[in-house]
Amino acid sequence: MPPVSIRGKACIAGVYEHPLREIPDRTVAQIHAEVALGALADAGLTLADVDAYFCAGDAPGFGALSMAEYLGLRDLRYLDSTETGGSSYLVHIGHAAAAIAAGKCSVALVTLAGKPRTGGAQPGGSGGFGSAPEFAFESLWGPTVPGNYALAAQRHMYEFGTTSAQLAEIKATASQHASHNPHAFLRDVVTVEEVLASPMVSDPLHRLDCCVITDGGGAVVVVSPEVARTLTRPVARILGHGEATKNTGNGRIDLTYTGAVWSGPRAFAEAGCTPADIDYASIYDSFTITVLITLEDLGFCERGRGGAFVADGGLLAPHGRLPFNTDGGGLCNNHPANRGGMTKVIEAVRQLRGEAHPAVQVPDCRLALAHGTGGALSTRMGSATLILGRDE
Amino acid sequence: MSSGLPTPVPRPTLETAPFWEATAEGRLVLPCCDACGFVIWYPRMFCPECGSTAVHWIEASGAGTVYSYTVTRKGQGSYRDAGPYVMAYVELAEGPRVMTNIVGVDPGAVHIGQAVRVVFDDTGEGPALPRFTPA
Repeated sequence: MPPVSIRGKACIAGVYEHPLREIPDRTVAQIHAEVALGALADAGLTLADVDAYFCAGDAPGFGALSMAEYLGLRDLRYLDSTETGGSSYLVHIGHAAAAIAAGKCSVALVTLAGKPRTGGAQPGGSGGFGSAPEFAFESLWGPTVPGNYALAAQRHMYEFGTTSAQLAEIKATASQHASHNPHAFLRDVVTVEEVLASPMVSDPLHRLDCCVITDGGGAVVVVSPEVARTLTRPVARILGHGEATKNTGNGRIDLTYTGAVWSGPRAFAEAGCTPADIDYASIYDSFTITVLITLEDLGFCERGRGGAFVADGGLLAPHGRLPFNTDGGGLCNNHPANRGGMTKVIEAVRQLRGEAHPAVQVPDCRLALAHGTGGALSTRMGSATLILGRDE
Repeated sequence: MSSGLPTPVPRPTLETAPFWEATAEGRLVLPCCDACGFVIWYPRMFCPECGSTAVHWIEASGAGTVYSYTVTRKGQGSYRDAGPYVMAYVELAEGPRVMTNIVGVDPGAVHIGQAVRVVFDDTGEGPALPRFTPA
């Protein structure tokens, strides 16, 4: 019996990215509803068509239960509220595809929303860390989010000779892409020198090595091929999905790689392709170092060679070695709710539909990869990889 | 000693009390599996490597090397007004890589591979925070 696979058994039929980056006047629930309606409209579907709902820790109140009621989803046959930080939404899409392949549902809605910019602390899953078993053995020494990523960057530099200028090149490339996106939070092109001259946040990461903090959200609709055939907009075929967790290894932490070393090969195997086949990649970019290590882990270059791979416009659309994050990514465009996974998928779908900005649209884009990272880089983290194919 | 850094007070649990009680006496102890000999971090009452529930405490040497570090320019919470400080993973001689601070040295002089030894910052409420300083 051939191995069970989701390959070709589900499609992304609708996507929507909230156009705003500061939303002081609306609740998180309202933003969830706005992106849900936006993605369904993009697909040509309605709330009444939805029979599966997926959300993560950013959903307020009782999570999926509160949101299902608020959204008016009355006939749900399948729920999933897996929480793996920023990678959650790629995990959800993989799970939705599996559920659709198993006949459990046929129209799955995935939503994300949050207000870290104007709304203070995020509601939902961020409140329980004080009772986590690791808390007492990390929090007492003053870790910060940039600090955790800086520790990985420092070790990568030590082991492989990666430089701050190479990391800065990732931001500079993202800023060129963002300059074409009218919704991007940061639209100004910045140079490597400007990144290096920005204030140090946590050595070796500068302010411009960090992603933006934005309000907003996004949603995706995953459907069965049967439903897809009734729709008019082009879909993105889900060809492969891989997910993995990585942690501190019972005290033998290795900061130089992420869970992408496992999620990537799983996704490539299911899709039946290799990194060399990928036309466009959305790579999680909470910080510049996140991109560099992830590229190595996914096999786009050898371990330790990420610095050379991103240099000299390697990630620049449309003609770089691997055009990445053509919306400007989390580094410049949007990182809603401090979770960049949803927007990674949305831009990959735009590329496959040929609907990215013309200046950054990859010609004849047939195969795209989207990768999400959650938690703290290389320590306690979730990784998820999706490989998507053009509608044909 | 006092490094001048904040000293948030840990809340010991049944699993972690022996660790914190030892710090009050200026000792660093680590849980070690009776069955497979693995030195466990962070403390647990079972071995996450082999599943054994027979775990005993060993006295650590207090020696280690810097595995990675960062100078955090502005902290959060109780570290908000601490000024720049060094957060690090130190690889203990017994194996585990633990999160800590490097103290008693100019942050610019810290480097990966540097030999360090444990020092204890009294929290004033019993337990002390293990930090590390160049050996």
